Amino acid sequence: MKSIYAFLFTVLCLNIVVFGQTDRELPNVMVKNLEGENIETGTFDNEGGPIIISFWATWCKPCILELRAIAEEYEDWQEETGVKLIAISIDDTRNAHKVAPFVSGKDWDYEVYIDENGDFKRALNVGNVPHTFVLNADKQIVWQHNSYSPGDEEELYEVVRAVAEGVEIERNDEQE
Amino acid sequence: MVRTKCDIGSIRFILYALMLLFSQKLTAQTKVDPGDISGNFQMDAQYYREDTLIGAPDFPENVGSNSFLNLLYTRNKFQAGIRYEAYLPVQQGFLRTTGSGLPYRYAKWTDTKFELTAGTFYEQFGSGMVLRSYEEWGLGFDNSIDGFRGKVRPYEGVELTGLVGRQRNAFSNRVENLSAGLIRGFDANWNINETFDSLNIKTRIRIGGSFVSRYQKDEDPIQNYPENVAAMAARVNLNRKGFNLFVEVAKKINDPSTVNNIIYKDGSGVLVQGSYARKGLGISVQAKRIDNMDFRSDRTATFNNLNLNFLPPQTKQHTYRLATLFPYATQPLGEWAGQVEVAYKIKKGTRLGGKYGTSLTFNWSRIHGLDKVPNLNMPSEGYDADFFGISEKPFFQDINLEIYHKFSKHFKATLSFLYFNYDEVLFKQLTGFQTTEDVTAHVQILDMSYKVKKKQTLRMELQHAYTQQEFGSWAMALIEYSIAPRYFIAIFDEYNYGNEDEDLRLHYFSGTAGVNYKTYRFQLGYGRQRAGVLCVGGVCRIVPASNGVILSVVGSF
Repeated sequence: MKSIYAFLFTVLCLNIVVFGQTDRELPNVMVKNLEGENIETGTFDNEGGPIIISFWATWCKPCILELRAIAEEYEDWQEETGVKLIAISIDDTRNAHKVAPFVSGKDWDYEVYIDENGDFKRALNVGNVPHTFVLNADKQIVWQHNSYSPGDEEELYEVVRAVAEGVEIERNDEQE
Repeated sequence: MVRTKCDIGSIRFILYALMLLFSQKLTAQTKVDPGDISGNFQMDAQYYREDTLIGAPDFPENVGSNSFLNLLYTRNKFQAGIRYEAYLPVQQGFLRTTGSGLPYRYAKWTDTKFELTAGTFYEQFGSGMVLRSYEEWGLGFDNSIDGFRGKVRPYEGVELTGLVGRQRNAFSNRVENLSAGLIRGFDANWNINETFDSLNIKTRIRIGGSFVSRYQKDEDPIQNYPENVAAMAARVNLNRKGFNLFVEVAKKINDPSTVNNIIYKDGSGVLVQGSYARKGLGISVQAKRIDNMDFRSDRTATFNNLNLNFLPPQTKQHTYRLATLFPYATQPLGEWAGQVEVAYKIKKGTRLGGKYGTSLTFNWSRIHGLDKVPNLNMPSEGYDADFFGISEKPFFQDINLEIYHKFSKHFKATLSFLYFNYDEVLFKQLTGFQTTEDVTAHVQILDMSYKVKKKQTLRMELQHAYTQQEFGSWAMALIEYSIAPRYFIAIFDEYNYGNEDEDLRLHYFSGTAGVNYKTYRFQLGYGRQRAGVLCVGGVCRIVPASNGVILSVVGSF
């Protein structure tokens, strides 16, 4: 019964809880790696370093622009902050088997998973791609951004650097 | 936006007090986890103006809007979600009725060995040839299942899924209007390497099988419809050192329906996908044969409604505007399709690679119909088709090459060449445009971006489509300026300069501006939009011509 009361009450004070929530944990659902094996998202890890999670698709032009722009800087980013980028493809059966050759053909050094049934996407309330998250050392979501315009990666990197330095960054749904 | 900071301490106190009132057992509890609420929303609204020249009709309500709000509650292993959808009134071109409702609500319990879902859910078995339910907001497509689903993982590497339910009707916003057919499904997945971890088998092997059955009462006074229709599939996936091979075969028994012209012939599907990937090179090859495989949760359903399975198209999903003039969708009643895609990166520091490297992507798709011969001995079977028999003319062909090169820190460009050809009948069916002969088209696209300052970029697209069929050739230019991470503005013009009818050589001019604020996005556009096909994921819908203001608001929290 406890959880029902808690649920009802939380719904009642939705407005308060939503905007006052602490950093969210990464939800744990199944995605597939490029060999097609089930992997739990709870096992994502970067040994205490910052993690970028980027939702994309092979048919999504701005997603490719974003991942390509980051790929061109990725070595420097890794060296300076130890960041890891995890790219979550939301491609369906039409393109899912092309994800591995696509990523190799672009020479991207990312950790890539496929969210074919959209479970991870729904668990993180991702509507449109690209949608990018930054996780801190405790794997809590500290920042997120929807859509991509050229140059957005600069802001993303500022956030990553702050996280790497352990600076308490303002959540982007709270800062002014 | 007004924002109230919540004092977690005081909520806890009130919660605690409430629970003391309701339950005495809980008094021993010292800390209460209230769980977590998150969600997202989107509103798309359009103000329509009549424009007889482009065929945009009068819209009596003037404004149409489609919106949704998702709410997700998570607490440890428990999860619950709802989605409110409103179509007030529904926007043009969506196969949906005006109204609002809660078509999506569920509760889920996830443990290490099992998972239970009650309510609405999305599911896919294998490649989806016998069952796939999913949603695409932009297309107004949602064929979720409402019922009960259980997943069990009894041993390492084994996953079993069972489900029962009815499917959401695309026309409806209400959960009460579910499919007439009842769906029962079972799927098994076995990852052999995980089960026999100690054997250290070098090739990764996975096998699986699915069974789906539909029950729909036969109330037809004349036809004798089978009430239970079964579909099944088996699959295998092998993976070793960058090579991957996936094969799935599917069969459907005895399913006369409106779409297949009430024939009793069994349906079948074969899908073979192979790929190879290593640093700087990726190759994928696939083939598919589909015969009478349209499968729905209601035998009388048509259009993009109540589809129970998904037959992946073997064509590239184009996103550049003029390339979308030439779409393709799988023909579920019969096709033989093949596709090859090669992605290659020319290394940086070489003559062709330059300082940053050059990326090449080549794609070739070719699709034929089956060679069908009418079955005169048994007309209820419809036709016979030899397994390897193909139609003389291809339904569709798409050959394209994309070259991407970064010239300097400031300037990069993508150049694409595309060639399409279509069978006349298919072209009319897929695009809604008229033609009196087979269609061929050549498209060229140049996409350039120039970094003006650290966070300011100017992007320009030039596109050209040359075609001899009725609507004729098109040219397009787009200019976009963005100031990251907050603002962007874009204007573009599509010009149908080659239209046979001189009065229809029109400009479709439009402009869009957007603001990103925190996790919200506002976008406002104004202009003419040509009629055409909008494809997302695997489905396409025909978008009518329109003229007016478009507003889009997206957010997540």
